[in-house]
Amino acid sequence: MPDSQASEIESAELEQFRNETRAWLEANCPPEMRKPATSDADVFWGGRNAKFSSEPQRIWFERMRDKGWTVPDWPKEYGGGGLSAAEHKVLRSEMAKMGARPPLSSFGIWMLGPALLKYGNEAQKKEHLPKIAAGEIRWCQGYSEPNAGSDLASLQTRAESDGDDFVITGSKIWTSYANYADWIFCLVRTDPTAKKHDGISFILFDMTSKGVTTKPILLISGYSPFCETFFDGVRVPKSHVVGTVNRGWDVAKYLLQHERAMISGMGERGVGRPLGQIAADSVGTDAQGRLDDSMLRGRIATFDVDEAALAACAERAVDLAKAGQAHPAFSSAMKYYGTELNKRRYEILMSAGGVDALEWESERSRQGARPRAWLRTKANSIEGGTSEVMLGIVAKRILDLPGA
Amino acid sequence: MALVLTEEQSMLRDSARGLISDKAPVSHLRSLRDSKDPTGFSKELWHSFAEMGFAGLLVPEEFGGSGLGFMEAGVVMEEIGRTLMPSPFLATSVVAASALNRGGNAAQKSEYLPKIASGSLLATLAIDEGAKHRPLQTNLQAVRAGNGFKLSGAKALVVDGHVADLLIVAARTAGSAGERDGLTLFLVNPAAKGVAIERTIMVDAHNAARLELSNVEVTADSVLGEVDQGASLLDGVLDIGRGAVAAEMVGLSDEVFGRTVEYLKSRKQFGKLIGEFQALQHRAAELYIDIEITRAATIKALQALDADVAKAASSVAVAKARAGTTATRAVQEGVQMHGGMGMTDQFDIGFFMKRARVCEELFGDANYHTEQLARARGY
Ligand SMILES: Cc1cc2nc3c(=O)[nH]c(=O)nc-3n(C[C@H](O)[C@H](O)[C@H](O)COP(=O)(O)OP(=O)(O)OC[C@H]3O[C@@H](n4cnc5c(N)ncnc54)[C@H](O)[C@@H]3O)c2cc1C
Repeated sequence: MPDSQASEIESAELEQFRNETRAWLEANCPPEMRKPATSDADVFWGGRNAKFSSEPQRIWFERMRDKGWTVPDWPKEYGGGGLSAAEHKVLRSEMAKMGARPPLSSFGIWMLGPALLKYGNEAQKKEHLPKIAAGEIRWCQGYSEPNAGSDLASLQTRAESDGDDFVITGSKIWTSYANYADWIFCLVRTDPTAKKHDGISFILFDMTSKGVTTKPILLISGYSPFCETFFDGVRVPKSHVVGTVNRGWDVAKYLLQHERAMISGMGERGVGRPLGQIAADSVGTDAQGRLDDSMLRGRIATFDVDEAALAACAERAVDLAKAGQAHPAFSSAMKYYGTELNKRRYEILMSAGGVDALEWESERSRQGARPRAWLRTKANSIEGGTSEVMLGIVAKRILDLPGA
Repeated sequence: MALVLTEEQSMLRDSARGLISDKAPVSHLRSLRDSKDPTGFSKELWHSFAEMGFAGLLVPEEFGGSGLGFMEAGVVMEEIGRTLMPSPFLATSVVAASALNRGGNAAQKSEYLPKIASGSLLATLAIDEGAKHRPLQTNLQAVRAGNGFKLSGAKALVVDGHVADLLIVAARTAGSAGERDGLTLFLVNPAAKGVAIERTIMVDAHNAARLELSNVEVTADSVLGEVDQGASLLDGVLDIGRGAVAAEMVGLSDEVFGRTVEYLKSRKQFGKLIGEFQALQHRAAELYIDIEITRAATIKALQALDADVAKAASSVAVAKARAGTTATRAVQEGVQMHGGMGMTDQFDIGFFMKRARVCEELFGDANYHTEQLARARGY
């Protein structure tokens, strides 16, 4: 069959998939779930102690889960939807068109899942992936330590061999949602004598294990979504190591690529309405219908250009990956730009909101939703590797510039 | 549509790159500039270009062209941007060919398109009158006279104006400057009585001219499209030109950037390669990201033009605005990171800086297109 004919059949099938998907979403996505979440309480994270904040949230989650569409592109045998890359793109674009929010937010989906699919053994995949897909187990990420942030590989939490177990001692910091999580994926030092990248292992364990404690850290947004996490002689079976013992850095790096891709896309889930319209509500317009603050209008327009260009680049990154032409470090480029842009978005929102955007505790401001979100975005260029570190990766790995 | 080149497009790129880098490296532009070449491009090279099917790339097959799309035109433009090859490709094969193809009647198409495809006819669009690109400000007057019109007025930045065999002139048949209604495109013979063309030697050593028309008589047959209704034809043709120039700027940016990174890897100061300095590494990395984002936006715009020219305006505005900003940054960082060498005429970097400045003005700068996007989004 000639290529063009094959691709015609392919596109006819995709068209059919698009139509069916649209119809299913129309029939099944409750109207309340067709606008972006306005607060953290509005986001469903799953887990043993999960509660739905509303009935529509429950319905939406359960319907999507039953189709495997909490993780549309994972294999069906692990609770996924088994969609091809092209079908997944169609589903995403149809969801975006109607403003449907993700039914489940989860570090298991964004980070651990992809790492398990690549490095996990069959038993680990069968054990953990379906529970992630079904939102049964909530995960947290134990990477950073007080003295190992950007220089992550200098981490010191140690895991000592004791028969069939490792005994883990040390502490982690900035562990997001550690106090709500059921399990942790954790980097530990299994060989203190090896070079720093060569003695690290990637291990999974239950947060209710004896010896695990957490302590929340208060953030500038007034929330405390993350914790200090302490391990005092925590016993973990060696079978919980993902990949090879002492080769955990490979798994860690692969997972970071997914984390970075996820963080770079955070702005897309942003605020729903276009910035120009939001600004017009509070700033007002002149006789010609233009925003009554020409400098702000210019900033918004420049932002819109950059955002549209970044969206094209994100789309192209997926297409390049599909065509086998993607550079493995490209997620660092996207993370850098996406997070810096999202910070710009919120600076504009604060400036457009004026005095109204300064309210911190009031009904009217939904408990300061905007200023808190603004402050939260400042972490985008820190978490998952700072902007400076991303630029360093691009310089060295993509541009091949010299120097360690 | 995936935002990556198809196999055919990659092959087209390779053949364009082969010819251009071999026959028209930057030294080609340099020697045309230094010898004050009267045509400003190589006719011989243009013929090889035509033989390979590039001149008629956008001309439909029934008129002797290859009937390819704007993505393909963009692929060629990007290669042109890499060596800054001066050629009639943009004015004739992209802009004028599209104007004739989209607005021409059967007689106009069969007269001009085959000649464009064979490389034997050069044509260009004369649009801007003031210092900045403002299509609706067109004020060159076309008054009815007998069964035709008389044209009077002036145009600036007419690309290839002094070598063109056919001018496509935007004029006002009704209304006043600033209005959409009342614009008409005319086909004008540069040899006609009352036409004065002055080549303007510009900063980038590419061809451009000023045009003056005083009571130039044209027949009713020389109207391209509909009288008074030229604005939407013009919108489409300009968007095609903008997409093409954005692609040229992507090529130019990428080339300057590549040369700069090579320099960072070879120049030593303080006993180190300057590429080891983090201050430079981070700026290089940011520029790389800018270029990749701009490349994606440009591909998106070209594909949107291929899908439907009339619906591509926003994507094109994004691409041209981004391309202008990115190219400006790329050439500035290029010169800066080359240090004193970057300021010398002997080094090629300056040629890229000069061309980027012209491309930025051509068919609207970043401010213009950012403004268009704001208006389209209603704020
Ligand atoms: C909201 C949030 C959520 C997080 N969630 C988690 C989580 O769930 N799990 C987890 O393990 N961690 C988490 N982190 C931690 C995060 O990964 C680290 O904060 C981050 O890697 C930076 O490390 P650091 O804070 O120690 O800063 P440092 O490494 O001390 O950096 C301080 C400054 O120095 C700069 N710097 C450092 N090294 C270089 C260099 N080589 N070149 C140039 N500049 C440099 C940095 O860019 C930064 O500006 C989270 C952080 C935040 C803010």
